Amino acid sequence: MMPDPLPHHMIIAPILIPFIAGAIMLFYNDRNRQTKLVMGIVSIALMFFSSVELMQDAKSLTEQGDSAVQLYLLGNWPVPVGIVLVLDRLSAMMVMLTALLAGPSLIYAAAGWHGKGQHYHSMFQFLLAGVNGSFLTGDLFNLFVFFEVMLAASYGLMLHGSGPDRVKAGLQYIAVNLAASLFFLIGVALVYGTTGTLNMAHIAAQLATLNDAQRLLFHAAAGFLGVAFLAKAAIWPLCFWLPPTYASASPPAAAIMAIMTKVGVYVILRLSLLILGPQAGDSAGFGAPVLMIGGILTMAFGMIGILGTPDLTRKGGYLAIISSGTVLTAVGFAQAGGGPEILSGALYYLIGSTAAVSAFFLIAEPVTRDDQGSDDQSAPEESTTGADAERWDWTPMGLDTVEDTPSPASTRTVSWLTMAVCFSLIAAMLAGLPPMPGFIGKFAILRGAVEGNIALSGQLPVMLWIYTAMLILSGLGALIALLRFGIRRFWAEAGPSPRILALEVAPVLLLLGMILLLTIRADAVLNYTRDTAITLLDPSVYRKSVLEDAKRVDSSPPQNHAPYEPPEGTK
Amino acid sequence: MELILALAIGVLTGSGVWLLMRPRSFQVIIGLCLLAYGVNLFIFSMGRLYVGAAPIMSKGGFVDPSAYADPLPQALVLTAIVISFATTALFLVVMIASRGITGTDHVDGKEREQ
Repeated sequence: MMPDPLPHHMIIAPILIPFIAGAIMLFYNDRNRQTKLVMGIVSIALMFFSSVELMQDAKSLTEQGDSAVQLYLLGNWPVPVGIVLVLDRLSAMMVMLTALLAGPSLIYAAAGWHGKGQHYHSMFQFLLAGVNGSFLTGDLFNLFVFFEVMLAASYGLMLHGSGPDRVKAGLQYIAVNLAASLFFLIGVALVYGTTGTLNMAHIAAQLATLNDAQRLLFHAAAGFLGVAFLAKAAIWPLCFWLPPTYASASPPAAAIMAIMTKVGVYVILRLSLLILGPQAGDSAGFGAPVLMIGGILTMAFGMIGILGTPDLTRKGGYLAIISSGTVLTAVGFAQAGGGPEILSGALYYLIGSTAAVSAFFLIAEPVTRDDQGSDDQSAPEESTTGADAERWDWTPMGLDTVEDTPSPASTRTVSWLTMAVCFSLIAAMLAGLPPMPGFIGKFAILRGAVEGNIALSGQLPVMLWIYTAMLILSGLGALIALLRFGIRRFWAEAGPSPRILALEVAPVLLLLGMILLLTIRADAVLNYTRDTAITLLDPSVYRKSVLEDAKRVDSSPPQNHAPYEPPEGTK
Repeated sequence: MELILALAIGVLTGSGVWLLMRPRSFQVIIGLCLLAYGVNLFIFSMGRLYVGAAPIMSKGGFVDPSAYADPLPQALVLTAIVISFATTALFLVVMIASRGITGTDHVDGKEREQ
């Protein structure tokens, strides 16, 4: 880190911007949806610019050969005592991905969904604040707090629009997440009890000093935390909540919730490589077999699920599960010493597949929509939300608030055709067909897996063979399921095409543009993810730069606020 | 003291888990509450147990940290209590909405077929 006295305030911007925007929105009457929409879009644009700035920082830091990590001391307490935000390449990448997914989802919501209930925009912004906070924090308990901010907002978004299906799915979603949060707390408490710290880098440093009994407890803590995060990341036995929840959530909410499973994946990635990575001594590789086997089973479960369910939004849920499983397995391999190439491919795949799943949720609702009453052909489009606001009336439990939007399509057949083309492109992406990033990501994973291991031991472990097969099979499953739906819906079906608003087509096109950009600039992105993977697999860099401050505290004369004593010595 | 605390945590968590598996939403929410109490006590105990030791040090000069209780778990448990309380309240609202919509307190929204 440069010895500049000025703290790097930009790091906290992606948390503060949506947080403040969401809070200001609460002062406006909920019917001023246009105002709130504009504020939301401005907030997301600002968030995006700050994430670009952060990514530039993270990139230039590594290129200078400096430490790849930047710190922001919240409250200006020195590191192991106070809480910190930590910026490195991975968190910069994830924050940018959040901003990029949030924009289209919010635009889509403007087509009418944001009027189906109360405070949509505020909850959306709070969700973003929680997600960004989870990506940026360097402290385990702070992570819990940001997780809860994110989850509380997601409960609201999930129930947005109400109706029996949503309430039923929401009840189970909240119960599962509350239980997972309690697991999280048990894990955090055990980590504090054994290592005496909650700072992630400090935990990794303290791990070497644990004795056998403490190490056993620490592994139990890692197990508890693992259950909590894997439930969020939807690994196989813990993913039962996901398809019904995402299927019954309103499409823009489901589209932004696609990033929430990736928050779980991110935390697993961060903690398992930082704390339990190849250099962790006796704890090296703890949990890696679970990630590998669980990830492969998750992919298999997702594949069977997507072939089995007729409902398109549920298919989207299973696609999210497949995507999580693919990345988690790769993380397991990387943790067991599979090399940076496989991890770099997985990170690239993570970006592409998250965007594609998000786009899939946006396209699933208009595509399955039945054409209801095609009488009013040409009302001006601006009246959408105005008319909505007048019609909008509070009813007990909001039972009758879910209906089609009353305004007509911009151009009927063109929008339908666009949707069909978009659908096929997204299906190709999710199945991993050649020009799309899904293919490039899977190819990079396979190349890393094969090349790295053949060079190392001359043969592929059985596990990698299974993973290879599952990567290809899960793509095939997705392809069959989506093609079958596409043929039936777009080719075989006669009759009038449903009305689709331009506002609903635009976000899908935006996301598709992003995905295509990911293909065109694949080498740049892959270079970035490769450097990210290398720094992730060398956690001493992260540890050193975070704990640099800690030494300064230890060497300073003992003061009232300074004496820091790990509690294991006290009793 | 250790034994009593350990038993309390064990009983709370055990009954919480059992209730969480029950089919009625009221049982589920009571289970979540009990589980949260158990977890909060557990966090508290992770700072080790002290009798008659204050968590806040007096101002100025060097002090012996071993004469004071660990303040961090107390801060953590406070946060955890607030958060679990708030989310449980939210869950309660959803539960009541579900009861109003489906007319049953079964977590699946319908009674099981006999």
